[in-house]
Amino acid sequence: MIELRIHGRGGQGAVVASKALAQAAFQQGHYVQSYPDYGVERRGAPVVAFARIAEPDDRYFVRQDIREPDHILVLDPTLLESGAPLQGLQDGGWVVVNSPDEPGTLGVPPQYRVAAVDASAIAVRHGLGTAAQPVVNTAILGAFARATGVVTLDEVLAAIEHEVPARAADNIAAATEAYETVRMGALRA
Amino acid sequence: MGERHLLTGNHAASYGAKLSRAEVISAYPITPQTTIVELLSEMVASGELDARYITVESEHSAMAAVIGASAAGCRTYTATSGQGLALMHEMLHWAVGARTPVVLTNVTRAMAPGWSIWSEQTDFLSQRDVGWMMLFAETVQEAQDFVVWMYRVAEQVFLPGMVAMDAFILSHTSEPLIVHDQAAVDAYLPPFDPLYTLDPAEPRAYGGLVNRDHYFEIRYKAFEAMERAGRLLVEAGEEFGEALGHRYGPVDPFMMDDAEIVFVSAGAMTSNVRYAVTLLRERGIKAGLLRLVAFRPFPFEEVRRLLEGRKVAVLDRNMSSGHSGIFAEEIRSALSMGAAPTEVYGYVLGIGGRDIRVETVLDVADDLMSRDEPARTLYVGVKGLPIGPARADREIARLAPLEEVSP
Repeated sequence: MIELRIHGRGGQGAVVASKALAQAAFQQGHYVQSYPDYGVERRGAPVVAFARIAEPDDRYFVRQDIREPDHILVLDPTLLESGAPLQGLQDGGWVVVNSPDEPGTLGVPPQYRVAAVDASAIAVRHGLGTAAQPVVNTAILGAFARATGVVTLDEVLAAIEHEVPARAADNIAAATEAYETVRMGALRA
Repeated sequence: MGERHLLTGNHAASYGAKLSRAEVISAYPITPQTTIVELLSEMVASGELDARYITVESEHSAMAAVIGASAAGCRTYTATSGQGLALMHEMLHWAVGARTPVVLTNVTRAMAPGWSIWSEQTDFLSQRDVGWMMLFAETVQEAQDFVVWMYRVAEQVFLPGMVAMDAFILSHTSEPLIVHDQAAVDAYLPPFDPLYTLDPAEPRAYGGLVNRDHYFEIRYKAFEAMERAGRLLVEAGEEFGEALGHRYGPVDPFMMDDAEIVFVSAGAMTSNVRYAVTLLRERGIKAGLLRLVAFRPFPFEEVRRLLEGRKVAVLDRNMSSGHSGIFAEEIRSALSMGAAPTEVYGYVLGIGGRDIRVETVLDVADDLMSRDEPARTLYVGVKGLPIGPARADREIARLAPLEEVSP
């Protein structure tokens, strides 16, 4: 069972990202769940969403909060400042973060692996959202696929087509660019 | 044989109504139900579902609208949650007396105040005595299928039925399910064939004044119909398996053959209980699970046969204050008639959506094995308190300032 947590802000598309991730794994034949953590639904407020991907030999499934995710995705790097996104993250887990900076400079403790992608710039280039409020969810999924290998790029692209059919071409281009440009740091501990 | 999709529990319920070809839908939006009727309204607007969608100003009116449409001979559907179901209460009784087989999905939600949108069964179970059939879904698949199953029985006995699913844990969680073939559902669920319909050409009086010389018989017929519904639920659940690939029944036993300790649960938490049972088995503990799918009609025979003589922990995500968890109460009552002595321990947990984890169930198992006297109500997971009964000697005092209470 692989458990994922996505941290973003209202308007960035964290909930759709969790659904698309689950959709990608579902298309690969996995049993999956995805769900948002409901709280205050406001633009800019922190938002958390989750996905659970079963291994082929898992026979029973649970329905409980994900407290110790295997990997996390961070749509807004300022969220890392509070440390909250790292809570419970398993050692060796990936932190896939939207940032123009190098993975080693993001202040993430050495027991985690960091992948950084400039998802905001990519989103703006493909006309997703505005420069002030780029919609970065699909770009971060491309980076996640490359860093973790939990899902393939092709499956992510198919899932994007399924989840955001209205702007599929731009979102697919953004995810592909992120896949190609994500910078991955080595495990330091 | 249908198509695999990834859907939320709410959208699965929408598909349940669509596959059932609901003809009139009326609802008032309330979190966490809203996306059920939102999708249905889109289906109606696009023509994908040939139905009339009636917008109303309250849940009370929504129920009145579907009762009226059902009396006119239409298959009707509505959905609600928590306070909304409470506001429908008066009309829920009416649907039974009027013998209108309305089907409703209730996303179970804790009652206010404190204002909560999270899962708890008390809203649903508070409608115990209105005379509706009542089912609990555990999965997104069941959130869809139970709507279809319910219509199949409801329209044979002319009684309404409600299906419960847990707020968020099912309602807003996407998971794979089979959305059945329309033709296969049509073969399973024939069109609604009412005995009487509102028809100006053939006027009749409905819901009129009834004196003492007739009321009892009118109600007695509804009680008889509910008894018959118990048999029909079993038959229709088996036929669902033959026609659509999932076999359903009023109870769902797991690892019960040699079980010495048994958990009883309903709804989404059951998935975690089942997982916990497999972990207990790995430790050599003979644990089992009895999931209650049907709450009304209550599966007396199955409960008695499967539970008698065992050590039983009933897991209630609800409470009838001053008595017990509601399932515990019902299980004890079923076991009081002719069953061998059975120890029933009532555990109340997960109130207001508090996470019921696999570990929570394992904690209950440890507690259960440490006790040898059946307990009425044991609270699990109250901050700062071990598993145990409520204290009867606590005086009411002013609250401490928040900073002294918070961890």
